Amino acid sequence: MTDTQTRTVTLEREIAHPPEKLWRALTQPHLMAEWLMQNDFVAEPGHSFRFTADWGAVDCKVLEIEPHRSLSYRWDAMGLESVVTWTLTPTAGGTHLKLEQTGFRHDQGQAFHGARFGWTNFLNQLETLLARPE
Amino acid sequence: MPHAEDLLFRSLADPTRRAIFENLCRSGEQTVAALTAAAGVSQPVVSKHLGLLREAGLVEGRHAGRQTHYSARREALAPLVDWTRQMTGFWDGKLDALEDLLKRMDQ
Repeated sequence: MTDTQTRTVTLEREIAHPPEKLWRALTQPHLMAEWLMQNDFVAEPGHSFRFTADWGAVDCKVLEIEPHRSLSYRWDAMGLESVVTWTLTPTAGGTHLKLEQTGFRHDQGQAFHGARFGWTNFLNQLETLLARPE
Repeated sequence: MPHAEDLLFRSLADPTRRAIFENLCRSGEQTVAALTAAAGVSQPVVSKHLGLLREAGLVEGRHAGRQTHYSARREALAPLVDWTRQMTGFWDGKLDALEDLLKRMDQ
């Protein structure tokens, strides 16, 4: 976890609850505090907020909100600037939840904008690529 | 001197270059001509991309007659995969807590 690495994480889960309910857990500060961290989140683009924990704080800023569908915010902590994006897709049994976190160093800002989408998908396939025989 | 991970990232940030690398991972060793046919850009452009990928340790070339055969060095991706595993662990724990909370919200 040095400050010189490029970082992308993607997690997906099938959640046995409807998007509306999941959305509340993702956007209501008292609920977010229960599973993530204490915060002063407001569901408003451009709003700056912080997550705080006993190990430190994460500086955040709301980037995009599409109620019950997607939410993204800047997530800056320990020298890393990153973006966390939540995507909710309704399913027969509840919600397909996707979390993406993509981080870059300050001097990689330009690369960030161009690379954000393709890069994430690419890393998704990494484990598969690595697992294949030479 | 650029950090190894920086170089790795910059090499893969370009979509065309990334596609060439993915192609080599998928289909194995290939010549520049074969890669060019798949890439949709000119051969000099493909050669330039291969040069940058080689600099990052992501591909290696093997000379055979007048041709160079390129192949992917997937082990060069290891630093990124290790980091991804660490962060995945963090979020996995948080998502478990999220699901616990959702169950409690039912009551």
